[in-house]
Amino acid sequence: MIKKPTRDGYGNALLMLGESNPDVVVLDADLAMSTRTNWFWEKYPDRFFDIGIAEQDMLGTAAGLAMGGKIPFATTYGVFIAGRAWDQIRTTICYANLNVKIVGAHGGISVGPDGATHQALEEIALMRVLPNMQMIVPCDAVETQKATLAAAAIPGPVYIRLTREPTPIFTSEEDEWHFGRANLLRSGSDVTIIGCGPILYEALLAADQLAQQGVSCRVINMHTIKPLDEAAILAAARETGAIVTVEEHQVNAGLGGAIAEVLVKNYPVPVEMVGIKDTFGESGNPDDLAVKYGLTKKNIMAAALRALERKWVRRGDLYRD
Amino acid sequence: MRPDLQELKFLCKEVRRDIVRMTHAAGSGHPGGSLSAVELLVGLYFARMRHDAQRPEWAERDRFILSKGHAAPVLYSVLARAGYFPVEELLTLRQLGSRLQGHPHMLALPGLDNSSGSLGQGLSQANGLALAARLNQMDYRVYCLLGDGELQEGQVWEAAMTAAHYKLDNVCAIVDYNGLQIDGSVEDVIGLAPLDKKWAAFNWHVINIDGHDLEQVLAAYDEAATVRDKPTVILAKTVKGKGISFMEDVAGWHGKAPNDDELAKALAELAN
Repeated sequence: MIKKPTRDGYGNALLMLGESNPDVVVLDADLAMSTRTNWFWEKYPDRFFDIGIAEQDMLGTAAGLAMGGKIPFATTYGVFIAGRAWDQIRTTICYANLNVKIVGAHGGISVGPDGATHQALEEIALMRVLPNMQMIVPCDAVETQKATLAAAAIPGPVYIRLTREPTPIFTSEEDEWHFGRANLLRSGSDVTIIGCGPILYEALLAADQLAQQGVSCRVINMHTIKPLDEAAILAAARETGAIVTVEEHQVNAGLGGAIAEVLVKNYPVPVEMVGIKDTFGESGNPDDLAVKYGLTKKNIMAAALRALERKWVRRGDLYRD
Repeated sequence: MRPDLQELKFLCKEVRRDIVRMTHAAGSGHPGGSLSAVELLVGLYFARMRHDAQRPEWAERDRFILSKGHAAPVLYSVLARAGYFPVEELLTLRQLGSRLQGHPHMLALPGLDNSSGSLGQGLSQANGLALAARLNQMDYRVYCLLGDGELQEGQVWEAAMTAAHYKLDNVCAIVDYNGLQIDGSVEDVIGLAPLDKKWAAFNWHVINIDGHDLEQVLAAYDEAATVRDKPTVILAKTVKGKGISFMEDVAGWHGKAPNDDELAKALAELAN
């Protein structure tokens, strides 16, 4: 299994955009090596702006560039861009529906040793609540490249969430990919796992192991968080009757929250959520953190079985004592 | 044909009347910090900026970024008087369905170059527009009006560093230095002095003027246009509530509309 960090896919896509679209410009806030914007910087220095350690100013500058007809990709760590500069994203960018691409690296607890301050766990919640915002959480470097290229072509603000660690590449260049349309990773009929980001690989492992136990799991890659593919969610609810959400992010107001909103309004079925449960992270290596915070294959399997049991209870197939 | 000084002065009175009428009709709004910026905006839109009300999206127009969004009434009045939309529409300020939102919403009204209301964000936008001009090889200038109290926002100084670092000589910041903010005198709340030295230390070209003296205002814009490799800031000493005796230098008129009596008094003072 080849592993690469999703940020590498971003860096590659920027190089491609640098070549194909002269209006694409890139901004960073002193983290160009880490976010991979330095690849673009080296090749297109006139179209790269390091704004220094000033995220709020970076987003305002990006907004101005968009007003002037450019397609800016403003990039730094998720906590600093989505959190610290949230009002700039809200008032300057989203209210005016400006064509700014906002890219937050180092999403998730897998950031590891840097600890809670650098582990962005809230961007999905913070971004999806904003009118006009669109959001993609790619699952591997290949999908990140596609998402970045797509974002450049979509008008209006788009947020892309990146991660730090090398993670398995389990999608391919040839896979069809459309902004706003979920991708089916496994067919299944008993329960559906809907996830986003690299943690989806754990979901696939969980589905494979559950299949050996006779449980048929559908797995959906919900790479676009906004607009959310409600049709795919509702089809899964109708056809499998139980949902597990999986994300390396707070489940409250995160992907879990977003999917629960859709189901509650349209077709309520039992939902179990795998993700961060209203807590900050801490320092540690990514694998140990995944175990401690309940983000592994085992946690996803257990959640799937709980959702399945709730479905049976609900249907009267199974009675509790 | 550009208006002469007398015509500009007449326009300033017209705009001041608009501001009190609009805020009176709305029953809320910010007359104080709108009245202090009248000469600064009239000078720009009627004598110095390259723009065309018939082509609000003209790519090569000079840009005006209102960073102190609460001064929307003065900008709306100037835009209407410049022909961007009917003057009668000014009285819809802040009403449901109006294009004249309480703070500027650029998608709602032609002529607005940005949306603002949350302070401290405009200068960064101006810098981005200036960088875009450079990339697009266009020679438009970008003007950005800031409040003095607004300079307490840290982002302004981030943007001040960025403009100087990238040598954005097409950026001209204007500080409406009226000395008052909601909680009182700026120097009492969180002092800015010495403000000229602060901007100079951030590598800006600094021009100090009386912001109600149209000749000084126009000369400052001309001087700013000649400066190379540095952004310019015009520190325009102004009077909050300028032109209406009972509003002048009173912090309470920051965000309060005149009632019927006050409107009548104000209009009498502003009669030609």
